[in-house]
Amino acid sequence: MPQTRTSGDLGFRIGTGLFGFVVIAIVGMIAFELTRQSLPTIQKFGLNFWRTQTWDPIAGQFGALPFIWGTLYSSILALAIAAPIALGIAVFIAELCPARIQRPLVFLTELLAAIPSIVYGLWGVFVLVPAVRALETSMPEVLRRLPIFSGPARGVGMLSAALILAIMVVPFTSSVAREVLKSVPNTQREGAYALGATRLEAIRAALFYARTGILGAVMLGFGRALGETMAVTMVIGNDPNVTASLFAPQYTMAAVLANEFSEAADPLHLSALVEIGLVLFTITLIVNLLSRLLIWSMARSARGPAVATATQAAAA
Amino acid sequence: MKSKLLVTTGCVVALVAGTAAQQRALINGAGATFPNPIYSKWFDEYHKMHPDVAINYQSVGSGAGIRQITSQTVFFGATDGPMTSEQLLAAPGKIFHFPTVLGAVVPVYNIPNVRAELKFSGPLLADIFLGKVTKWNDPAIAKLNAGATLPATDITVVHRSDGSGTTYIWVDYLAKVSPEWKNKVGVGQSPNWPAGIGGKGNEGVSGLVTQTPGAIGYVELIYALQNKISYGPVQNMAGEFVKATVESVTAAAAEAVAKMPPDFRVSITNAPGKSAYPISSFTWLLLYENPKDKAQSKVMVDFMKWALGDGQKLAAGLGYAPLPDGVVKLELAQLAKVKVS
Repeated sequence: MPQTRTSGDLGFRIGTGLFGFVVIAIVGMIAFELTRQSLPTIQKFGLNFWRTQTWDPIAGQFGALPFIWGTLYSSILALAIAAPIALGIAVFIAELCPARIQRPLVFLTELLAAIPSIVYGLWGVFVLVPAVRALETSMPEVLRRLPIFSGPARGVGMLSAALILAIMVVPFTSSVAREVLKSVPNTQREGAYALGATRLEAIRAALFYARTGILGAVMLGFGRALGETMAVTMVIGNDPNVTASLFAPQYTMAAVLANEFSEAADPLHLSALVEIGLVLFTITLIVNLLSRLLIWSMARSARGPAVATATQAAAA
Repeated sequence: MKSKLLVTTGCVVALVAGTAAQQRALINGAGATFPNPIYSKWFDEYHKMHPDVAINYQSVGSGAGIRQITSQTVFFGATDGPMTSEQLLAAPGKIFHFPTVLGAVVPVYNIPNVRAELKFSGPLLADIFLGKVTKWNDPAIAKLNAGATLPATDITVVHRSDGSGTTYIWVDYLAKVSPEWKNKVGVGQSPNWPAGIGGKGNEGVSGLVTQTPGAIGYVELIYALQNKISYGPVQNMAGEFVKATVESVTAAAAEAVAKMPPDFRVSITNAPGKSAYPISSFTWLLLYENPKDKAQSKVMVDFMKWALGDGQKLAAGLGYAPLPDGVVKLELAQLAKVKVS
């Protein structure tokens, strides 16, 4: 189909194309600047930066393993708690709930996403941490001997951080999962009903069809949990530790950056912090990229079979 | 429509020009959070006396303050830990340290059902923060507090998670009273803490201590007073148990007057003297000897003269101790060396 292009159209295309390019350029510049500023520690420590556990700015020893451990542990645990809840919300809103309460319910879940991180942190310090401390102290002795529940019950620690992250991740994951479920063509559900499926089995069929998109939604939540700073630093205890114990205070990459960056005067200390920022940036970029790709592939394949049959009919 | 736009633009321009014309001098500074309350009060009072001068201070931390004055993005800096020789060499010009007030760092604690005031000694505090003393009914604590009934609760050490001048003062003291601390951890703004949980800022530490039963932490005196957290006396070099007050902090500085180095970079923790509080410190304002903007320099020198004189009267109300007269005299002599033209 030929398109008549006026100069106005061309200008518009160039203008908006430029805006799109600017965004890519900014990401590229961030990556470049982070690498440039972290060169001193990259040259001094190399790969040992990722393997050593000692973080000692006074002695000039920098090992980032506790932060990577803390970030991954808290995010994965948060996801393990949040994913079933978020999926449950998505399935309920998309499939089961009456139309009348659908919109208020959606509104309320999205409201959780609008609360600023530091407000979560304050709520965590005053409400969640005492509750978690009470839970930890009331745990029976036989469970306390397991390594995952070992250590004094302080309240602040990995468990509080994972819980608060889970609460923050639920709205994102549930809203994307809900959209993905809505994009499942009705023919899937109708086909299931036609074959004699119950309501639950039809929902399972829809979930199976939407599995890549739901995985994308979960990974999007993971990306959010990785970068959370203020809420986590207020409840995690800020002690660099590599331990499986849920009660022990630990440290994440975002938290150490928020805490130490403004006072770091020593160039090596600054460079070590920037290198942690670089790692966080890379991990978050990869996770978000993968999740977007998964969601797009899901949306494409929803239209895919229809296009295939149409081209087949046209060729015949 | 067009005329409305013109009128609005005209009003905005007039407003901006008006405010710009009013401020003959706008001076920017940044640095320590430790003296932030008294500096805010000072800059506010000074502005009331000189309405055409506005001094803007951002409490971003001592390290950031040192970085910013070295790169000359601010006119003056503020720090709780004096600049090291390497940092001074890295600056493009000579920087003077001016002590402004004295502050104290106190050990705060929260033990359920214990209302009595607990006494601490330097070595005991070091052992607690090293993680060697883990329960409140440990014999080391009981020895100093014969009358108190101490429960078998775990001690939760609370320290700063962010780099801090308050931390610097605390670990400087611990290193002087405990050789083990000096070797194992050292002195700096972001030490590798052997034990405990971290809170962000003095507020974070106060919050964690008040919320966690069995916690012990360290905060500036004003935070303990305003949040009504229990804090105990600390044994000084002369063997006396002294609680942090304006008088005991000033006493700690008085001894230092005699041995004050010419650049004022001195630590007064663990000061000699019967009534000295051992965890006291100066806090310094940093100025270039020969700054580029001489007009701003003139204003700052005038401000410093006021701060070292009448300004000291405001210190006690905010929990800081005023400088001893001997120190003020020496500082005014150094102030005279700052170029104003």
